[in-house]
Amino acid sequence: MALDIDAILTNPDKHIIVCTGSGGVGKTTTAAALGLRAAELGRNVCVLTIDPARRLAQAMGLTELDNTPRPVAGISNGSLSAMMLDMKRTFDEVVESHSDPERAEKILSNPFYQALSSSFAGTQEYMAMEKLGQLRADASQWDLIIVDTPPSRNALDFLDAPARLGSFLDGRLIRIITAPARGAGRGIGRLAALGFGIFTNVLSKLLGAQVLADVGNFVADIDTTFGGFRERADATYALLKDSGTEFIVVATPERDALREAAYFVERLNQDSMPLGGLILNRVQEVPETGLTQDQLLAAAQKLTAEGSGPLTAALLELHAQRMEIKERQKHLSARFTAAHPNVAVQPIPAMPQDVHDLAGLREIGAALANQEINW
Amino acid sequence: MHYWPKATLHVVTGKGGTGKTTVAAALAIALAKDGHRAILMEVEGRQGIAQLFDTPPLPYEERKIAVAPGGGEVWALAIDTEDALLDYLEMFYKLRRAGSALKKMGAVDFATTIAPGLRDVLLTGKACEVVKRKEKKQDNAYDYVILDAPPTGRITRFLNVNGEVSGLAKVGPIKTHADSVMNVIASEQTAIHVVTLLEEMPVQETLDGVNELAAAGLPVGGIFVNMTRPPQLDSQQRAMAIAGELPKSEIESEISQSGLTPTTQLIAALITEASDHAERVELEETELERLISRGLPIFVLPLLPGGIDLGALYELAAIMSDSGIGGE
Repeated sequence: MALDIDAILTNPDKHIIVCTGSGGVGKTTTAAALGLRAAELGRNVCVLTIDPARRLAQAMGLTELDNTPRPVAGISNGSLSAMMLDMKRTFDEVVESHSDPERAEKILSNPFYQALSSSFAGTQEYMAMEKLGQLRADASQWDLIIVDTPPSRNALDFLDAPARLGSFLDGRLIRIITAPARGAGRGIGRLAALGFGIFTNVLSKLLGAQVLADVGNFVADIDTTFGGFRERADATYALLKDSGTEFIVVATPERDALREAAYFVERLNQDSMPLGGLILNRVQEVPETGLTQDQLLAAAQKLTAEGSGPLTAALLELHAQRMEIKERQKHLSARFTAAHPNVAVQPIPAMPQDVHDLAGLREIGAALANQEINW
Repeated sequence: MHYWPKATLHVVTGKGGTGKTTVAAALAIALAKDGHRAILMEVEGRQGIAQLFDTPPLPYEERKIAVAPGGGEVWALAIDTEDALLDYLEMFYKLRRAGSALKKMGAVDFATTIAPGLRDVLLTGKACEVVKRKEKKQDNAYDYVILDAPPTGRITRFLNVNGEVSGLAKVGPIKTHADSVMNVIASEQTAIHVVTLLEEMPVQETLDGVNELAAAGLPVGGIFVNMTRPPQLDSQQRAMAIAGELPKSEIESEISQSGLTPTTQLIAALITEASDHAERVELEETELERLISRGLPIFVLPLLPGGIDLGALYELAAIMSDSGIGGE
């Protein structure tokens, strides 16, 4: 089934496109190329990238990581802004906008908060969602937001990590552990209370009493300022389930990348989330010659055995090699399609060079929309 | 030539999609060659090793998963953070039973979430415990420990456990534990290898990662350039292909000579593919130059057209052996 990307990009009811997939498959580049194409089709687009390669950022004219959408010059028709997520800055802003300056200062200087906002598993995903919510709320400026997802251990983290982190921060454990005096035993039974006694004891041995004190202060300060972390995460999650959102899964024709893609597709189905299709980057294109690999290799061997035509022998071998690569890729892709027949797939030929400028992104955008790619 | 003669611990990192786990597995086979015992460890709960070796998911238990040429053995272990923490509690506090209760309460998860550095210390700590068995001449010791580590972007933070726990504990058992881990990781006993593709982005990330590791005083081993396509054309032919000057009539007559029909379609296909290939090879060579100028040992591994299966791992391991990895 072919993917009609332009139909998605120009659909006025679509306001969010999420590009997801495992690391190294070209997610960020795909997000940028989609953004550029949508803008030139007349949309007002903001691309939220997480960790773009320097060159790609330069291609869009982004020079600094400043957590604010910057307009990209040289766009005709609609408009394109792009930004890089600074998770710590985003978290700081959430704190600042929900507390008075004095309390904000206290939270920002808390060592536990500093660890939480810069190195916690899930913070990047949480803040990507947070930023997405903010951008979406600013609907007057953008009618389409394209999000690149963080390079997580697995693609599902983008969906799950925020809620996980939210539950953790709102959780019972964090409260009990940080307020033992407030009644660790109350209501949880004597046995459990005993367990928590050991728990606190072991934790302070492992982490040191200061860490627990920092966590306690953080929880106390944050409690009075804003509602639950989990609640916020759930609100953005609802945004993703909205029919105004479309997921685009990105993969390469490799086993691991396709497995991740399959996990993600299954999850979207399970949660009835809108899936646009699968973009299969870096496929090997081979011009049709009507010959089989065996014929090509036999011919090359004949030339080599006769000691003549080394150039042509090499060319025939090269052609045979590419056919073999393409065949393996097609086999992997066919297996994905067999398991997920309703997922539209768009193959994108391998480009010899990385993207250096808008022209390069535009070329990828054209390939994304090209329904004639013969693969 | 014998690389990293004193290294027992081989840490393998690389950008996503570069084949880090494949290289780690092939390296384990190459090191185990000729009667050695090697253990391959993973830390990210992905079960990538089990998939590569086509075995059921690995438990938190050392298992023999393959043999190496010349009577070597490859073992595997998927390190689980919770179990590593229980090991640790047992080792330092004799608290295994309490530990199990804590696990049920979700406390282990809690502790490693609240202090992400703790998780890394536990994972690297487990690897170092296995490394140290060799010195102690224990029965379950291995000659080599190969760690399929987190990707390049996170590797320095992951290995530099002293920095990580400094915010946690200035004294006490965690600090002692981190110090003993650092004694292994920042020494000749360790070699950290980076896997890359010959493309601009992964090469840049590799060079950045290598510099970061070096700046943190961590011993970089080698760079493994993965999935290269061996040049089918020599440099002169490539230059002609890029310039569009391949001798068409010569190719046409040679095709006839080979027994095939020289259709215009075939000739055009061969010429297009040649220039595409040549362009790619030239770019790869530029990237390879950038890597070479960093002055580290470089190992070039081919893209295997049939993909990665168990046989392919042995093929890659043989290439590593031929390049001087492993052996006495």
